[in-house]
Amino acid sequence: MTDEIQAIEALQDNQPLKPHRSQWSEVWLQFRQHKGAMIGGGFLLFITLAVVVGPILWDVDPGKLDIRSKNIRPIYTALWNSEAKVDWAHPFGSDNLGRDYLANMLAGGRTSMAVGWAAMLLSLFLGAAIGVLAGYFKHLDGMLMRLTDLFLSLPILPLLLVAVTLFRQPLRVIFGTPEMGMFVLIVSVIGITSWMHTARIVRGDVLALKEREFVLAARSAGTTSRGIILRHLLPNVISPIVVSATFGLATAIITESSLSFLGVGFPSDFPTWGKMLADGVMRMTEYPELVMLPGIAISLTVLAVNFLGDGLRDALDPRIRGR
Amino acid sequence: MLTYTIRRLILSVPVLLFIALIIFMLLQLAPGDPMAQVPLTVPPEVKEKMREALGLGAPWYVQFWKWLVQMLWIEPKVFLDWLTTSSAWFSWLPDTNVYTACGAGVEGPCDLRVISWQTRSPVMDIVIQRLPQTLWVVGLAYVVAFFIAIPIGIYSAYKQYSAFDQTGTFITMIGFSVPPFFTGPLLIVIFSVYLGWFPSIYDTTHTINNWDDLVIQIKQMIMPVMVLALQITAQISRFMRASMLDNLKQDYVRTARAKGLPERVVVLVHVLRNSLIAVVTVIALAIPGIFGGSIITERVFKVNGIGDLLIGSLFASDMPMVMTLTFIFAFLIVMANIIADVLYGVLDPRIRYD
Repeated sequence: MTDEIQAIEALQDNQPLKPHRSQWSEVWLQFRQHKGAMIGGGFLLFITLAVVVGPILWDVDPGKLDIRSKNIRPIYTALWNSEAKVDWAHPFGSDNLGRDYLANMLAGGRTSMAVGWAAMLLSLFLGAAIGVLAGYFKHLDGMLMRLTDLFLSLPILPLLLVAVTLFRQPLRVIFGTPEMGMFVLIVSVIGITSWMHTARIVRGDVLALKEREFVLAARSAGTTSRGIILRHLLPNVISPIVVSATFGLATAIITESSLSFLGVGFPSDFPTWGKMLADGVMRMTEYPELVMLPGIAISLTVLAVNFLGDGLRDALDPRIRGR
Repeated sequence: MLTYTIRRLILSVPVLLFIALIIFMLLQLAPGDPMAQVPLTVPPEVKEKMREALGLGAPWYVQFWKWLVQMLWIEPKVFLDWLTTSSAWFSWLPDTNVYTACGAGVEGPCDLRVISWQTRSPVMDIVIQRLPQTLWVVGLAYVVAFFIAIPIGIYSAYKQYSAFDQTGTFITMIGFSVPPFFTGPLLIVIFSVYLGWFPSIYDTTHTINNWDDLVIQIKQMIMPVMVLALQITAQISRFMRASMLDNLKQDYVRTARAKGLPERVVVLVHVLRNSLIAVVTVIALAIPGIFGGSIITERVFKVNGIGDLLIGSLFASDMPMVMTLTFIFAFLIVMANIIADVLYGVLDPRIRYD
């Protein structure tokens, strides 16, 4: 009686089982199906690399004035206008003070992306923390959710404008350089005013998760609340967090550019895409590229991030998966 | 429903007070000195007197309380007086005289209004002049966006994955991503510089007396409204599509089809009504962003609404104006949220707020 039990023929595997796929390779397979998300992710990677590595390769000082070569058109204008003043030394042209526009675009993109990423991480941290606390601890729930509702009805842009204008001077003193002070200020105000959606989503998921058996099992095994949150709850809410992170990045980039556009952002010799756009508006009719290049850069980056978020949501949400 | 509305209105009072406190503390903590612009030749003791005259010497809670009294008690009195004496609808009522202006020759208690440091005139007088422009632009943008977005959302969901759906989704994604401070200048270049169809600057002094004036008014409103509407359209149509897709899979749709209702009725009556419910919440959540967008739009097209006023007074460090305007933005957002919640209850009979 030692021979193994044979499955009946219909239940036998007629080919070897496929190797087990991990959850993340499953997600990756699903993500690859979404063409827009792949392109968006690729473009985001490209922009990030360009603003990180670009200034090393194109090592022209973005603030260098060269009045002899001012108002140079981008190289592509030569395609339809042979009269245009173009120069291979300035592929994206130069502005009215002769500053190289390509170097400015790279430096501006570096600022915009840095602010976007940092603000997104801050708001993600706040949102996840508040969401988990509200979902897990019942006595904190009411208070934290009222706080979230309150923040949701705040007039965000007016408050940002007020905060950035009024706190500009002291932070400049604290952090030494005006750029650093402004960076910390903008990142913190954007982070503090944009965590609410993440918090709501995370809270909802934690509320459902904490009633599940594995949490009960962990608790009966003597796991502390801290352990349950870090080991069991957070890994399970990682997908909504990742998805709201992408949308948070898009919002942060747009908010920073809006502030720069309205003239309350970084100091005037420090390029960002929003400020380059605002500066270009004055001479937009003669030199449309001054507006088009930064505008397209912002729009494409945000579009890429949004597509990436769409794809991630489809890939990470098992209910939508496979549709 | 009425009790719910009243309860929400009452509950909004502490929320608004708290928001006012946040704004006030932000302005208090800010180190900017309103006396910084005063020439250095003015002696320090005179400066100190000027500070006291502005009410800056008092502790913050006194200042906050005084602002609250001025904003929520004295300003309504002024409004009531105006309503009964010179407004078009209510001037038949007996004239009230509850507001006593301060000034020379006034005996006894008098009412001080919130005064702008920049113009030395009451803040609310300026706000009342500016508010209609903002509300017109934002309101019209919502209406336009609604009428564009709903059909797109319906058709995209009904023909899911069709060419229309694919292009529609792509275009709304673009509308979602392109910021208003880029679309604004772009529209100006295309439509007022190259084509010359619309003026690039909004003329507020324009009054409408005949048809030609109306045409001019419409022309100057098109671009600001469209910039704002693009943002809203993108959001609404995305959610409309998602919520239509959810509803089209429901059992009641199959039942409706099975009992032989025409397809038009199934989609446009049964599914549409149920899908609109979810969209209402989205509209409510998007409102703060839209008011933010309206500030930028007003700046781009030089519409002299309250957003433009806010930026101007911020740069002039006119604190009473900034405080009042930010509070008004908060008030508009809270009210819009209440309207959306009440509408949600009206549209969806399953929801009972008791």
